[in-house]
Amino acid sequence: MANELIRLENLVMEFGGNRVLDSINLSIKDKTFMTLLGPSGCGKTTTLRIIGGFQVPTSGQIFFDGVSINEVPAYKRQINTVFQNYALFPHLDVYDNIAFGLRISGLSEKEIDSRVGHMLESVSLKGFENRKVPSLSGGQQQRVAIARALVNHPKVLLLDEPLGALDLRLRQDMQNELKRIQQEVGITFVYVTHDQEEALAMSDTIVVMDSGKIQQIGTPEGIYNEPANAFVADFIGESNILDGIMPADYRVRFFGQEFKCVDHGFEPNELVDVVIRPEDIDIVAPEQGNLCGTVTSLTFKGVHYDTIVDFKGFKWLIQTTEFHPVGSYIGIQLDPDNIHVMKKSEYSGLYGDYSSYSEEYEELDEMPEEE
Amino acid sequence: MKKTSRVITVIVFIFLYVPIFILALASFNTGADMAVFKGFTFNRYAELFKDAALLELLRNSAIIAVLSTIVATILGTCAAMGITKLGKKMRSAIMTVTNIPMTNPDIVTGVSLALMFAFAGTMLRLNSILGIWTLLIAHVTFNLPYVILNVLPRLHQMDPNLTDAALDLGCTPVQAFFKVTIHEIMPGIIAGALMSFTMSLDDFVISYFVTGAGFVTLPVEIYNYTKKPIHPKVFALFTLMFIIILILMIVMNIIQSKTDRSKGKRFSKAGGVL
Ligand SMILES: Nc1ncnc2c1ncn2[C@@H]1O[C@H](COP(=O)(O)OP(=O)(O)OP(=O)(O)O)[C@@H](O)[C@H]1O
Ligand SMILES: [Mg+2]
Repeated sequence: MANELIRLENLVMEFGGNRVLDSINLSIKDKTFMTLLGPSGCGKTTTLRIIGGFQVPTSGQIFFDGVSINEVPAYKRQINTVFQNYALFPHLDVYDNIAFGLRISGLSEKEIDSRVGHMLESVSLKGFENRKVPSLSGGQQQRVAIARALVNHPKVLLLDEPLGALDLRLRQDMQNELKRIQQEVGITFVYVTHDQEEALAMSDTIVVMDSGKIQQIGTPEGIYNEPANAFVADFIGESNILDGIMPADYRVRFFGQEFKCVDHGFEPNELVDVVIRPEDIDIVAPEQGNLCGTVTSLTFKGVHYDTIVDFKGFKWLIQTTEFHPVGSYIGIQLDPDNIHVMKKSEYSGLYGDYSSYSEEYEELDEMPEEE
Repeated sequence: MKKTSRVITVIVFIFLYVPIFILALASFNTGADMAVFKGFTFNRYAELFKDAALLELLRNSAIIAVLSTIVATILGTCAAMGITKLGKKMRSAIMTVTNIPMTNPDIVTGVSLALMFAFAGTMLRLNSILGIWTLLIAHVTFNLPYVILNVLPRLHQMDPNLTDAALDLGCTPVQAFFKVTIHEIMPGIIAGALMSFTMSLDDFVISYFVTGAGFVTLPVEIYNYTKKPIHPKVFALFTLMFIIILILMIVMNIIQSKTDRSKGKRFSKAGGVL
């Protein structure tokens, strides 16, 4: 259904010899919601700025509708941006901010009035026309920024962490709102976030980035269920990652035992990373388990318990609704479906070990990286 | 501690303003002798506005002040825009060069400009090129740093994404400047322009060297007055000039504090959201 609208080819960006983007290849389909997801400093904003035309790549090509737009300045691109800090014009009121782009393109005031009015309605800001921008709340400013971009009917909307400054509730409301707007106007969204839940909830396609490289491109389900490497497995959700070996297709050995799995296509006896999601593990009586271990820590999380179990010195995170007190000896059962095998990568051994687990790990994840 | 500092402040103000107060007083004195106050009169002001020669000097000064302010403000703003786009090393080099005319003794600036004009005059085979144009060039030269130094911090404070947002919405770089950037840096431009205006209005040393017989400004001519006894109408003129400058300074301060306040509001809002 969807054609390719934007293509990035071997995009490289360097700042003073420091390589920030390393041969990015990416195809963005028309009318889809694509998210660039990655930790702070991985190059998301830089990628977006190159697409928007605010930064010239060191090398590589950007195609729009099949035509190279490397030389096209920002103001001639059919692309609009919602900036990380909104960048609303403080000397203009809400109406004039939204009308800004239309006035530049020389539309009649009558036409402008109807389009701005319509836009104000669809972002629920009717009655705010004459408010000064600094007097608006964060959520309202954010909606003005979206309206100011969308009113120009761009083919692509770039959004740089537009919900970053909002509190959790407003953020979730706005996620739904943005998704609705995207489907309603039927244009391409390229969305930047470092929040994996946000990415999973909103996107058609997720591009996981780290240190200037694309780690994986896929649907939310694809990326969650079949992460390409230890980095992706750890960044998207929680993962137990173990060293394993593939003696043959559909067979994987770890912890000295052989398990059935659904993965294939590896060299015989290739060393691999094995991912087991904490919510995919069934706790059973010790005598029925594939593996047995002792519960060393338990945290109530509302929907489930985060249970840390020690298997022969290697600690796993298990998320279960059942209560197993600290010290109890339990068994676990692993279905072939719930074992995911990945090729070894530079990230192997860096992630997925819960030995240093503490109850604060979630808070650490939530630490704001912004200044 | 608080008391002594207050006393010192008062003393400083007395030193600063008593002479001006005496001058103003003298301008209302009926007697010719400065030392004794005989009676109150507005006559000095009436005489002042009847003195065609003095009014022409005032007009000359105003013309130079306005023209040099306009030129310096435009050039200085352009220069500041260019300086922000430079790399770190280049920027600090340029800033040093910019600051030199400000710290340079006026007499050195004046003499070197005079020499340059003399040289140019010889090259162009003109008898004397000293006059309104050389005066204007000189005033623009010493006004430029004030504009640059007032505009630069505003440009640095400005969110760089605002320019990008303007480009994003279809502005050419020139349109982006006039529709967005200029509004953000306007307080700096106004402050720079006002400073230029006052600097230009009261400059004597540099003007003395670069002006010709055909076009003389007020401070230069007043210097000649001081060789003979000063007519009290000159006191009236000085008082008026002081009041004009005072008003300009007050306007400048109001603008500054107003924009600072609205900036503060904006930042505290953003802080509240985060
Ligand atoms: N103009 C610049 N000059 C020098 N280095 C830059 C410049 N812009 C970005 N960088 C560097 O490039 C890297 C990637 O920056 P970028 O802003 O793209 O990250 P990001 O993924 O958007 O991060 P965040 O989530 O914090 O916004 C960072 O290390 C940053 O310091
Ligand atoms: Mg960023």
